[in-house]
Amino acid sequence: MTVMPAEGVLSLIWLLIALPLAGAAILLFTGRQSNKWGPYLGVLTVVISAVLGILMLIEMMSLPADERTISQVAYQWVFVGQFTVDLAFQLDQLSMVFVLLITIVGSLIHIYSLGYMSHDPDKRKFFGYLNLFVAAMLLLVLANNYLLLYVGWEGVGLASYLLIGFWQQKKSAADAAKKAFIINRVGDVGLSLAIMLMFVTFGSVTFSDVFGQATNASEGTLTAIGLLLLLAAAGKSAQFPLQAWLLDAMEGPTPVSALIHAATMVTAGVYLIARSNVIYDNAVIAATAVIVVALITIFMGAIIGSAKDDIKKALAGSTMSQIGYMMLAVGLGPIGYVFAIFHLLTHGVFKAGLFLGAGSVMHGMNDDVNMRRYGALRGVMAITFVTFMAGYLAIIGIPPFSGFWSKDEIVHAAFERNVFIGSATVLAAGITGFYMTRMIAMTFFGKKRWEPDVHPHESPKIMTIPLIILALGSTFLGMALLFWGDIKSWLEPVVGYESQPTPLPTSAYIVITLVVVIIGAIIGWITYARREVPLTAPTGNWLTRAARKDLYGDAVNHALVVAPTNYAARSLVWFDTRIIDGFVNGSAAAVGGMSGRLRRTQSGFIRSYALAMVGGAVLVIVALVLVRI
Amino acid sequence: MNNFPWLTTIAVIPLLGSLVVILVPKAQTALAKSVALFFSLVTLGGVIAMALQFDPNSTDKFQFAESYSWIPAFGINFALGIDGIALVLIALAATLVPVVIMGGWTEAAEGQGSVKGYFALILSLEALMIGVFAATDVFLFYVLFEAMLIPVYFMIGRYGGPQRSYAAVKFLIYSLLGGLFMLASLVGLYVASLQITGTGTFDFTVLAGLDIDPDLQKLLFMGFFFAFAIKAPLWPFHTWLPDSAAQAQPGTSVLLIGVLDKVGTFGMIRYCLEIFPAASVFYAPFVIALAVIGIFYGAFIALKQTDMRRLFAYSSMSHFGFIVLGIFVFTTAGQTGSVIYMVAHGLSTAGLFIAAGYMMSRRNGSAQISSFGGMNKVAPVLAGFFLIAALSSLALPGMVSFIGEFLVLLGAFQKYMWVGALATIGIVITAAYVLRLYQKTMTGPLNPDLTTTKDLNGREITALVPIAALTIILGVFPAPLLNVVNPAVERVMISVGVEDPGIELGLAPLGETTTQGGAE
Repeated sequence: MTVMPAEGVLSLIWLLIALPLAGAAILLFTGRQSNKWGPYLGVLTVVISAVLGILMLIEMMSLPADERTISQVAYQWVFVGQFTVDLAFQLDQLSMVFVLLITIVGSLIHIYSLGYMSHDPDKRKFFGYLNLFVAAMLLLVLANNYLLLYVGWEGVGLASYLLIGFWQQKKSAADAAKKAFIINRVGDVGLSLAIMLMFVTFGSVTFSDVFGQATNASEGTLTAIGLLLLLAAAGKSAQFPLQAWLLDAMEGPTPVSALIHAATMVTAGVYLIARSNVIYDNAVIAATAVIVVALITIFMGAIIGSAKDDIKKALAGSTMSQIGYMMLAVGLGPIGYVFAIFHLLTHGVFKAGLFLGAGSVMHGMNDDVNMRRYGALRGVMAITFVTFMAGYLAIIGIPPFSGFWSKDEIVHAAFERNVFIGSATVLAAGITGFYMTRMIAMTFFGKKRWEPDVHPHESPKIMTIPLIILALGSTFLGMALLFWGDIKSWLEPVVGYESQPTPLPTSAYIVITLVVVIIGAIIGWITYARREVPLTAPTGNWLTRAARKDLYGDAVNHALVVAPTNYAARSLVWFDTRIIDGFVNGSAAAVGGMSGRLRRTQSGFIRSYALAMVGGAVLVIVALVLVRI
Repeated sequence: MNNFPWLTTIAVIPLLGSLVVILVPKAQTALAKSVALFFSLVTLGGVIAMALQFDPNSTDKFQFAESYSWIPAFGINFALGIDGIALVLIALAATLVPVVIMGGWTEAAEGQGSVKGYFALILSLEALMIGVFAATDVFLFYVLFEAMLIPVYFMIGRYGGPQRSYAAVKFLIYSLLGGLFMLASLVGLYVASLQITGTGTFDFTVLAGLDIDPDLQKLLFMGFFFAFAIKAPLWPFHTWLPDSAAQAQPGTSVLLIGVLDKVGTFGMIRYCLEIFPAASVFYAPFVIALAVIGIFYGAFIALKQTDMRRLFAYSSMSHFGFIVLGIFVFTTAGQTGSVIYMVAHGLSTAGLFIAAGYMMSRRNGSAQISSFGGMNKVAPVLAGFFLIAALSSLALPGMVSFIGEFLVLLGAFQKYMWVGALATIGIVITAAYVLRLYQKTMTGPLNPDLTTTKDLNGREITALVPIAALTIILGVFPAPLLNVVNPAVERVMISVGVEDPGIELGLAPLGETTTQGGAE
């Protein structure tokens, strides 16, 4: 693969990022007066970036497959000794699909927010933060080296922090924002160390240098880099054991949950590992660790999603689980990379649709998120219902909806590896069928359980049109990417692709998966649509109770990290005041009677100070004279 | 222009300014402040003009060198000159002084002394700070190093909070104690130069070139290091700092922690490393241990602080741990990182203290974190600047502090992998205390006492804009710093006789995008 200089429309890579960044700067610096026009500017910058992205795609498709890696160097950014890093971009087939996902889904969510946030007194700020997010996310996927990727990585984290805490007068929102940032910082330790290890190993942190030399490095080094990158990915993508922040992150406005905490930012970990495929291909232990983490998270997310009554949290559990699928696929190596990205794209669209649909429901329900107080909404919110159903059929994987194609490929790839991993993905697909059916049953079917003062209504067009577009995507994107876009051969030059034989024919796995999904869905339907849904949740079994508490993620973090940190901090405060400062003040008192002096007047100090200076000066002169003699 | 005495000139301007300020009638406080601001801006202009003349590729160790005989009997000269490191620190000082004057416009009103006195002290301190970074005669450095205590002592002792006397005396005694040790070493150094060359001297270049017996180096190193470790401050010589920071006016703290304490870390590079290379290498493991302890010790204690200013003091202690770590790992990345870190820390400290000062002025001087809460609601501009400074403090990638911190950690990792890895964990705790502070003051439910609080006025904003702008611009485009600091650090590395560890695969970076570093 040759790296090509940027020409024509492809030389505008920087503009993709600069537009939303400029939007963010204008919106955040102009203050309240931009509340009127600011949101439109925010939408415009992202839409132009999306158009630019599409033009770039067309241009890139006209190039031969091995000339699609475009590089653009702005200037030398950091240079110290042998460590030189450029501020430079790389657009290739992998970043191209991300650019389109980010800008197109981003545009739709920006447009939707015009309606959703129309009454918010700080809406310009909201759009400013959203623009900041888009710029940072584009930087993340367009950087040509790990250090610049880190800037985007942290930038999306900052935007996420600001947006989770957007309604920050609520303590829970402020807490959730802080928690997300700090847990992500644990991941950042992994990313920082991985970058350092790359530099001491390869002498560079640029993708092309690192991957070009990766096979020369020892497997131990590559394993260490792989595990460190996995730590980073786990933080950003809410994978076990750094998953605890994502559920709380639902404190943010729903468009944020859709864009950042479902479609794009949380998939950055998948991008990181897919991007670093050369490292994982040569580090079996690291790749296996990715699979283990992914499998744990797939089930954790699915179980949590099955127990939550809060529609957003149920969707968040589902996001964890679905990203687990993607992580699993990247952990599988060349048999899985392309399908991880494939699922990432379809999921980005249908999950964004589901979240925005949930937002539309909440909009009609006075911002209530409790599905136990929903029910029978299909009649009053027809568009929301239909579009939500498209997302529903996509996520549980019913043909021909998008999720079917991408999830099916991952299940198949898992069986290519071994039957245990394959079976796990099928089982999890069944749980997906259950919790998603539970969600639609509680929300749109069954009997009305609305609060008396709630009058559900369909959302305005500015919100339903993005829903319709995303629903079309949920329906057709899978087929389009697979058959028309040929996603496999598109991505293969970047991440590689190979296939291995499976014991059963491909169609057998499709049928098995579908059967399991339908069983899960039927259980969900019988439990939540056919029976009365009680307004207060029944106690449930131990697993349900654990799942409602996020499988004790917070309790574990508290016991293992927060409590020891607090203890250490308190002990050190005591040590500092009593022992160190105590010693200082004690010896001062003993030597010079400092405590006695403290009672004197200020002029006393000045005198003693002057005395000290004079004494010092005399001492210098005496010493010098003595030496001279 | 080469013979123009740039350094003397830019040191004399603020000194002159402080005299003019003193001459302003006592009642005309606004005039006194304006005069002070004017002189500080002229100084800044002079520094910028000088910086533009600075040649990063020069083969001279010191540029703009001047030397006037002072006490010939002992080989003492009034000698000035700067390398890239001194240049950026002087630029930092010259940038922060006008910021402090503007940000601290109302600070001196309730002090014991006159208003004009406070601003005259700031300017005289600026002159001394420029001098101390520019001195190339070790004796001159020592004199200025001690003389800096005088204005700071008065700024804390006369204009500080209720416990100002205790804090000022503690600061003074700590500093004098350190100075005493340095003095002893200084005399010893003079003797050594006398014995080796036959003529005693305090000329830095000569002293740095001396081949001092390693055992004597170890002894003399200690005197200098002790003084610098107190100033920096390094664990466990730090307890004066929280008290000073909590009692001093925010503006005083900016200059004290943002610039003055950097004399400690600057001194470690310039004097400890270059004059006592063998001793520096010998003591490095010990110093690195203290630095790493400091990183975590300061960060953990910062987590539990209830007073913002004490929190900043402990967080600074943690940051100084990073800076000292970078210096003593003896890699170019580490040392350049340390210098960038010094600049970045100066900026973030200024942002935090000045914003905290604005907050305090809206709460009758209280710096208790619990006095605030939800302030973003009523003062979003203040909250925005506070957030930028806070993010800079936690070294958010994209800000200049990230460049400094990452290079320090990279430099440490290159040399001692596990030390680098351990220190990197510090970034999590930093985030924890910084965001805890931001949350408790700015977000969450609005404190009912704050409902009528006003947002920043034009003067207050003007003071913070340059801080925020530099934090971001230098993070995106650090070349102006790297261009001048890199050659200076390379010289230090050569003079200590250390080299960067090799790259494991031993291959030069591939690809057309990587060109060798250095000035362009």
